[in-house]
Amino acid sequence: MDIIYMDNNATTRVAPEVLDTMLPYLKDFYGNASSMHSFGGSVGREIIAAREKVAALINADPGEIIFTSCGTESDSTAINAAIRSNPEKRHIITTRVEHPAIKNLYEFLAKNGYRVTWVPVDKEGVLDLDYLYSHLSEDTAIASIMWANNESGVVFPIDEIAEKLRNKGIVFHSDAVQAVGKIPVDVKQTGLDMMSISGHKIHAPKGVGVLYVKKGTKFSPFMIGGHQERNRRGGTENVASIIGLGKACELAGNHLDEIDTRVRILRDRLENGLIENIPNALLNGKKDERLPNTSNISFEFIEGEAILLMMDQLGICASSGSACTSGSLEPSHVLRAMGVPFTAAHGSIRFSLSTYNTEKEVDYVVENLPPIIDRLRKMSPFWKEGACKLQ
Amino acid sequence: MWEYTDKVKDHFINPRNVGEVENPDGVGEVGSMACGDALKLSFKLDENNRIKEAKFQTFGCASAIASSSAMTEMLIGKTVEEAEKITNDDIADYLGGLPKEKMHCSVLGRDALEKAIYCYRGEDEKVIDGNIVCECFGVTDKEIERAVTEHHLRSIEDVTNYVKAGGGCENCHEDIQKIIDGIYDKADDKAPEKKKMTNIQKISLIEETLEREIKPALQKDGGNIELIDVDGDRVYVKLIGTCATCKASQLTLKNYVEIRLQEMVTPDLIVEEVK
Repeated sequence: MDIIYMDNNATTRVAPEVLDTMLPYLKDFYGNASSMHSFGGSVGREIIAAREKVAALINADPGEIIFTSCGTESDSTAINAAIRSNPEKRHIITTRVEHPAIKNLYEFLAKNGYRVTWVPVDKEGVLDLDYLYSHLSEDTAIASIMWANNESGVVFPIDEIAEKLRNKGIVFHSDAVQAVGKIPVDVKQTGLDMMSISGHKIHAPKGVGVLYVKKGTKFSPFMIGGHQERNRRGGTENVASIIGLGKACELAGNHLDEIDTRVRILRDRLENGLIENIPNALLNGKKDERLPNTSNISFEFIEGEAILLMMDQLGICASSGSACTSGSLEPSHVLRAMGVPFTAAHGSIRFSLSTYNTEKEVDYVVENLPPIIDRLRKMSPFWKEGACKLQ
Repeated sequence: MWEYTDKVKDHFINPRNVGEVENPDGVGEVGSMACGDALKLSFKLDENNRIKEAKFQTFGCASAIASSSAMTEMLIGKTVEEAEKITNDDIADYLGGLPKEKMHCSVLGRDALEKAIYCYRGEDEKVIDGNIVCECFGVTDKEIERAVTEHHLRSIEDVTNYVKAGGGCENCHEDIQKIIDGIYDKADDKAPEKKKMTNIQKISLIEETLEREIKPALQKDGGNIELIDVDGDRVYVKLIGTCATCKASQLTLKNYVEIRLQEMVTPDLIVEEVK
């Protein structure tokens, strides 16, 4: 059975070109970049080249790029650097819809004496900027605001927020894991202090990430060890993955236009096809402020895991915002923050496309999902044919 | 991805007995949309008072649908008295087992069956037995006690997995912990009763922990710590040497000294610095 992969906000396939650039460094060129011999030195030059490619994608200087092991490490490094460089400050800000990499870290800090402001979103997932701005204070060490939400796909106005935070003595970090490679990101123009990127979201392998740190930002390392990354992140470099990430960033830069046009058209075709063919299907997230690849749709009166497993039978991969992982059966914190009603929140499905998706795949999903939804609804005690749409 | 047995997958993909029985003898509805799962069960008896037909409608995940389907299959052919004896473990066993996090799906089935039987007998709904502990899901202390005893549950998470209690606002976690502790304290007579520490015992344990563990660790970095006073659960300390000027000293104090003392002495301790 062919796999139809529409879960690219979870992870992406490694681009074949990326794998090709990596393989020599897993086989023949196994030298350590820190070694004195030229065998290791040649590896060091490739890391420099990769750093330049990453920097080019986000318009940074190569010296502002720190390679890490993943997005989570980048996030943890950024937040810890900010609070350690400002030990007198006890207030930190973030949003109610962050990825667990930020959310759980902030909850941990809240338990350890930090005052946390959680900025809310409206029912379309749009950030309440007034709330954010009115909670800034002299005691604020860091504001961490994601660039784009992984579940709803809603993009936050990072340029505008950076402008407001400038010269206030507040470190501004953004978890841009979902934005980089899908929409243009220019750190120079935006002027934020730190930003996290994850390799496996942009067709590089898992196990490599990036923290951008603007020149002049106070920093202290999270992983203390060797001199690698100019003493900002100890540990022998993940050479092959870093080189792969360089290639992936080069490809991502070339593909931005395609994502904004062809992938966006595919996403809209999928979304409109499903909403037109399935009654009581509701879009989550503000339609024209989303990533071009993401669509989050709630199918009322049924539960997400059941939908996913039915789709799995047909080889269709997507995600659900309903985590039936424990007795709590609670919808995701993102959908709850958006106030999506229970009738819809449990049956939300996220489709996230990439340049590898085709029109044929989209049409297959549009054709095969309606019978699945219908079947599950016929099993549901809440489904009545022609039920009116709940607000 | 859940590791479901083939039988669970089969009952999910090809559920048996979906729908509503016409002119049923008993109907039971449990759960709600807010809970995330719900089940409506109806059955009809034949002339020999055996269940001839049993049907379900379920809103929920794959294992909720499979549990409902399995239960209807188990019911058919049984008398009400026999059906009454079906437990949630029986349903899970019939399916070759369920992941621990999904056990509540089988509980959902048993609860609906219980209600349907009450309905058949024309009895009032079961009077709530015990006091509600989890307000979100309406779970009583008796139900939690039963789950803990029957399934040898040891943590709040386990309780949530089985009877949902504690899965909502989490305000009842303390009470659930007390119920769990109560059951195991009783079961384990030999365990020494947890006595409240006297102030003298507490202070000497704090001193001992500081001397044995915390001071040597800080001394490695050229710092040190001195115990100034203990007032109730507040421990006043003074940082000395490099610790006194270190910017990360607050983190050391909260993330290391306090946590270590809480572990070794009592979880209520709060460490504060005296300048």
